[in-house]
Amino acid sequence: MSTVAASGSIRRRLTLQLAAIAVLLSVAFFLIVRGVAEQAAGQTQDQILAASATSIADALRSEKGQVQLELPYSALSMLGSVSEDRVFYRVAIAGRTLTGYDDLPLPALPEATGEPVFATFDYRGEPVRSVTLSRNVSIGERPVEAVISVAQTRLFLGAIRARTSTIAAAVGLAFFAVAVSLSLWAAHSALRPLERLALSVTRRGPKDLRPLRAETPAELVPLVAALNNFMERLRASLARSEDFIAEAAHRVRTPLATLRTQAEIAYRRVERPENRAALKEMILAIDESSRSAGQLLDHAMVTFRTDHLETEQLDLGELACDTRNRLEPTAELKDIGLELELPDAPALFEGDPILLENALRNIVDNAIKYSPPDSLVRIALHICGGDYVIGVCDEGRGFGTGDLRRMTRRFSRGTNVEDIVGSGLGLTIADEVARAHGGRLELARNKGGKGACVSLVLPRP
Amino acid sequence: MRLACLATALMAIAATLAGAAHAFETEEERRFPAARPGSELRVISTADTAVFTPIILAFQAENPEVAVTYVTASSRELMKALYEEGAQFDLAISSAMDLQTKLANDGLVRNYSSEATARLPAWARWRNQVFAFTQEPAVLVLSKSAFADLPVPTTREELIRLLRDNPERFYGRIGTYDVRRSGLGYLFATQDSRNTESYWRLTEIMGRLGARLYCCSSDMISDVSSGRLALAYNVLGSYAEAQLHENENILIVEPGDYLNVMLRTALIPNTARNIEAAGKMIDFLLSLGTRPELTRKTGLPPVDPSVFDRNNAFRPIRLGPGLLVFLDRMRRETFLRSWVSSIEQ
Amino acid sequence: MRYLLVEDNERLARAIVTRLTLDGHAIDHAPDLETARDCIAGTSYDLILLDIMLPDGDGRGFLEEQRRKEGTTPVIVLTARSEVSDRVGMLDLGADDYITKPFDFSELEARCRAVLRRQGGAARNEKSYRGVVLDSLAGTLTIGRRRERLRNRELRLCEVFFAAPGRIFSKPHLMDRLFSFSEEVSENAIEVYVGRLRKKLEGSGVRIETVRGLGYRLVGEK
Repeated sequence: MSTVAASGSIRRRLTLQLAAIAVLLSVAFFLIVRGVAEQAAGQTQDQILAASATSIADALRSEKGQVQLELPYSALSMLGSVSEDRVFYRVAIAGRTLTGYDDLPLPALPEATGEPVFATFDYRGEPVRSVTLSRNVSIGERPVEAVISVAQTRLFLGAIRARTSTIAAAVGLAFFAVAVSLSLWAAHSALRPLERLALSVTRRGPKDLRPLRAETPAELVPLVAALNNFMERLRASLARSEDFIAEAAHRVRTPLATLRTQAEIAYRRVERPENRAALKEMILAIDESSRSAGQLLDHAMVTFRTDHLETEQLDLGELACDTRNRLEPTAELKDIGLELELPDAPALFEGDPILLENALRNIVDNAIKYSPPDSLVRIALHICGGDYVIGVCDEGRGFGTGDLRRMTRRFSRGTNVEDIVGSGLGLTIADEVARAHGGRLELARNKGGKGACVSLVLPRP
Repeated sequence: MRLACLATALMAIAATLAGAAHAFETEEERRFPAARPGSELRVISTADTAVFTPIILAFQAENPEVAVTYVTASSRELMKALYEEGAQFDLAISSAMDLQTKLANDGLVRNYSSEATARLPAWARWRNQVFAFTQEPAVLVLSKSAFADLPVPTTREELIRLLRDNPERFYGRIGTYDVRRSGLGYLFATQDSRNTESYWRLTEIMGRLGARLYCCSSDMISDVSSGRLALAYNVLGSYAEAQLHENENILIVEPGDYLNVMLRTALIPNTARNIEAAGKMIDFLLSLGTRPELTRKTGLPPVDPSVFDRNNAFRPIRLGPGLLVFLDRMRRETFLRSWVSSIEQ
Repeated sequence: MRYLLVEDNERLARAIVTRLTLDGHAIDHAPDLETARDCIAGTSYDLILLDIMLPDGDGRGFLEEQRRKEGTTPVIVLTARSEVSDRVGMLDLGADDYITKPFDFSELEARCRAVLRRQGGAARNEKSYRGVVLDSLAGTLTIGRRRERLRNRELRLCEVFFAAPGRIFSKPHLMDRLFSFSEEVSENAIEVYVGRLRKKLEGSGVRIETVRGLGYRLVGEK
């Protein structure tokens, strides 16, 4: 499996972006809620201040040429009903304080609008909100302007701000938490089709190049289309190269077959020993080249398949039996007996039947090849601890004196086999197949010194 | 308090004796030394030293390192000391809720909060500055002998009818506060005027019947008990209760239409130096409800919201800016003018 | 034995026909599936040799077709492909065996024999000479009531002699029939097998006679 370097994660990016949006929205929510609450509180205070000032203005009357004021109880008590803020007031007639706090500043009033004027300033060490309005009072025939100002500290506003800030922050945080978990979920569910797609591609066998038919969201359609297109091209390309290899093999092997057949015919017909020897050499050369080509192809196929095992449940006994049947005619030619020894119960194994058959055939084929006529090749399947052992023993010349481990290497042959046609790939193939199935190939000299034993060891499930 | 009027007479002398140290007039100053060396708590109060002594001693039993200097003054002088002269006191205790409120409103009071203040009902504190520790209703005190053959009035309307029907029996035998002189009297009178229409009719009838005007509740109570007065209106119930077992002749009537309940309050002025001890004293005062022996000794009923649940007529005078209304110069002038014209006929 | 060879390559086909005729077999050649179908319709064959890459279709299709028609004639596929990839497909589709090109004719012959033997001798292949019967498929010699089992090489040697009794076969000729090219054996090896055969023919009235300097021949006892 090749590894692909990931440049960032869509899930993380998506989650982060959604979370960032959630943060922005939470902060905006917090500010808006606090702003609205403060504004509402400020408006409430302004309205109460205005009502208070108006009730004072309404209580103004002139008596005996003087402006009189009976400060209404409600004018101040209403200010105390909402909060415990400090309250100040001042009533001035023509610039002279009639009653109240002499030093309470009176903002300049616009000419004769009668509208209250609101102001915020510091008074007696605390910020206050004040409302000022004017009212004309008649003294005799002469109207005088009375200015009424009521001020209140803003403790209430601060309390409201603190409370709404707390609530808004709590709600904002809750919103943020919900939004983040939702965005995690959203990222997850948005990416699920992608994961499903990846899974369906991963699960496929090495030869499954059918187009993907899974339900695909619109955004993934181009990807799936591209993937399908790619697989179609790959399939076509593979089919082409398979066809090409088959065709090439066919084209090469057919004339070789012709050549060999003609050579055999000629061999039958010529009498002179030197001609016969030449023809025999020719036939051997043809055999060697075709065998090499065949094993190279086999090896390539085995290498490819060991990367992507197509496993199925199989009986190793049946496999050994098939192999024996297949090779029996070859053995018979040399009057070599193929003995098969199987356990009573089926030896069930999860593996790639084509590869295992190929491996075993190579081993048995080897054994036959190196056996003398009228000898015996034994194929025995045993259960040995946690392993299946398929042993193939012959009565041939054995492995000679070379390193046994070296025998399974590619193109490596025994030290004593110069006269026998072989490419040296047989045991290599068997070894690779064994390894691909978690097993191994064991080579041993036959007990008693004569012949060789090759064992295919596979772990039992 | 019985001495209070005497003291008032002596006030000028006392002020002179005190020298130029302060312009406000005190009635009495007493020092309660600490058992252990420590800090000093200066208290200015409208309550008599005799009334407060058990409280101070109990407080010192718990806080032996605090020496207490207890200065009594009228509510007006207390206001003058703190508002105009910036006299140095760590704690101000007064029955004049309006003046206490004004001190707080005009920014002359420190914030204080503790577990004890947090437990106070909302109507018993204002701005974490003014804390009520007693609730004292204004009641009607009758002479039993004078009412031997008369029905006891239970509302102000019944009282008006009674006075109107029996002018000869009550002439010159009605006592009430001189609201010009007494801050508490003024507070009760203004609250009455706010609460009921009948107040002015009552005042008029009392004026017509030659009502006698007093500076203090205790004087009224002693005159009722001696039989000089048939009834006294707007007397501090707590004082009357205290006299009850000494004098058989007194009958306390709590009007059924409503009862003004004065809250005696404590606050820490800006001029305070020993804020820690002042806070301890406030917490101590707020714990009077858990000390029945002090309630018995002082006759000061502690703040107890359940009283209001039991008797719907009880109305605590609300702390807050509403109290500032009657301190308004013009409003006061107008009120006093009306009152004087009603009472002096 | 009668073979049908389905092979589109003319040269190879000619060579195979010639080669199999040398061993005394009758063989028809069909260059495509069309002709092959005609041949099967007209004649009964002991065995079909089928190339799988043909101009008018895939040999696999032909195999399937044959099996559907319940034709019992065994089929040996001649393949030029890799053994790994094609093997399973071939056998699954009903081929009895397969052999990869280029092939050794003695191996082909062995596979044919194995296939026919496995099939249970629908067409018994028996030859007799003077009361001695040679059953190639069963690998037995029947002498009166006595039945002798022959090993593979003995059988092949027997077949050579029984095909032409009285004819002299040279040692090299017999070696060609008995040993594959990859085996390095001396001419004396023949004597071993002739010796074995003589033993089995004892008392049968038939014997293998040494013709000095020329070879061996099968003769009846006078």
